[in-house]
Amino acid sequence: MWEYTDKVKDHFMHPRNVGELKDANAVGETGSLNCGDALKLFLKVDENERIVDASFMTFGCASAVASSSALTEIVKGMTLDEAAKVTNGDIADYLGGLPKEKMHCSVMGKSALQKAIADYRGIQIMEKPGEMVCECFEVTDLEIIDAVKANGLETTEDVTNYLKAGGGCGKCLDRIEEVIASVKAEG
Amino acid sequence: MNVIYTDNNATTRVADEVIEEMLPFFGGFYGNPSSMHTFGDRVGKKIRQARQKVADLIHADPDEIIFTSCGTESDNSAVFSALNAYPDKKRIITSNVEHPAILNLFKYLRDKKGYDVVLVPVDKKGDLDLDLLYDSLSDDTAIVSLMWANNETGVIFPIPEIAEKVTEKGILFHTDAVQAAGKIPIDVRAAHVDMLSLSGHKIHAPKGIGVLYVKKGMKFFPYLIGGHQEKGRRGGTENTVSIIGLGKACELAAQQLPIMNTQVKELRDYLQSQLLEKIPSVSVNGDLENRLPNTLSIGFDAVEGESILLMLDKEGICASSGSACTSGSLDPSHVLMAMEVPFKSAHGTIRFSLSHYNTKEEMDHIVKTMVSAIETLRAMSPFWKDGKLV
Repeated sequence: MWEYTDKVKDHFMHPRNVGELKDANAVGETGSLNCGDALKLFLKVDENERIVDASFMTFGCASAVASSSALTEIVKGMTLDEAAKVTNGDIADYLGGLPKEKMHCSVMGKSALQKAIADYRGIQIMEKPGEMVCECFEVTDLEIIDAVKANGLETTEDVTNYLKAGGGCGKCLDRIEEVIASVKAEG
Repeated sequence: MNVIYTDNNATTRVADEVIEEMLPFFGGFYGNPSSMHTFGDRVGKKIRQARQKVADLIHADPDEIIFTSCGTESDNSAVFSALNAYPDKKRIITSNVEHPAILNLFKYLRDKKGYDVVLVPVDKKGDLDLDLLYDSLSDDTAIVSLMWANNETGVIFPIPEIAEKVTEKGILFHTDAVQAAGKIPIDVRAAHVDMLSLSGHKIHAPKGIGVLYVKKGMKFFPYLIGGHQEKGRRGGTENTVSIIGLGKACELAAQQLPIMNTQVKELRDYLQSQLLEKIPSVSVNGDLENRLPNTLSIGFDAVEGESILLMLDKEGICASSGSACTSGSLDPSHVLMAMEVPFKSAHGTIRFSLSHYNTKEEMDHIVKTMVSAIETLRAMSPFWKDGKLV
């Protein structure tokens, strides 16, 4: 059983700001049913770019629900510029920490927030360089190559432990193996 | 709060009768069963009785029973013995839904020792592809190891039929019967198996005691080399108290087999029908006919398993999401993935595994809690709208 803080348990059992925000003018979505985690974040932003209300809908484990709940509490009252600086670490810290294997839940929160801000401002989020390998955790081949080289990773399991890539639906495991093999071939 | 325990495929409550049988041997009767004195032989005699009871449960001879530390040790011992018996044979065969005790061992043998591993797939109901299995048998095959019943779905493989065909070709056959024991009848003679693994804590004995059945006359290479215990087939002073407890547990399991296949099965079926009736978008995983009488693997669309488990836990209900052995992993259950269970319900699959200690009142409480938990989680799921999956 995961060791969750009391705050994680509280935000899971009593999540704040659940449901669709009818008059939201910024929405950010991340994750998927296949991956086992998904978050839809709703923001209501006023004319001064201040977040006056926030809500969420989440499919996922206790830390995914708690991270989403925490995120909505954190960003309410912030300007979009301030919200843009919120990191996944801020979400985890707000909850008193998350198990290291569950940090991707806080990453999902940050990702949904960035997408919601971009949605409000009508801008495209810059794609990360490289080819997307793991759709679940949005990890590219270049990120995998860097991690493999820097840490001497040898197996897909190693890559999952470092980057979470391959830890969701598993469809990308063959591709991850190919990337590892290509690094090994380079020597 | 009373605990409602429906996680019996993970482990079981040690039966009161088993504890009673074991207690004297924690205290006054501590002799070494190998010692040449009456005090030690008092323990030795109880171990001989226990060995007979274990043998009786699976219709074996007591000489064919080796006590080990757990099911995993039994599985490993069986496979390594076969590889030592046939050092020139390089193919080993199992299924892709085995317990990690076999699956990870086979992966190790493939990756580190160069064995040609065949993982026979299952279909959507969790039944084994028998044609592919039989086609895979070759002169180069050292061992076929298949579980008798699956720990997650309860699906039962037709072991007697398979073992007969495998052994006819001169290939060793091992079965991991850890989940089957005490739930369905096992007759090692009629089933033609060469080796079979059992685990005490799945049948109301303590943790830390296992059994490996090795057919008489078969060459056996010890995994744990040491003293003369277990006729030299497994060194180390016997875990006497647990062996004595296991003997009693096997005696009880044999007596309770009819109860498992009537009362417990009826409770499982009641739980299943109530959940299907009261909650929409629910599906049962696995072959509904060839299934252990105590096991229900059931998937709820658009919600995630850990969240359900925590809501059950709040009400004192113990169940499992996929395999308990996979907790700590992010991966969906390898068994459900092998069965191509759709992600929409695989992530939201819960396993209830019952025992004769469960009651109808407990099932009603589980149903009530599940209805509320699924409703709450679906209300916050982005994939559930207006009473259906979106």
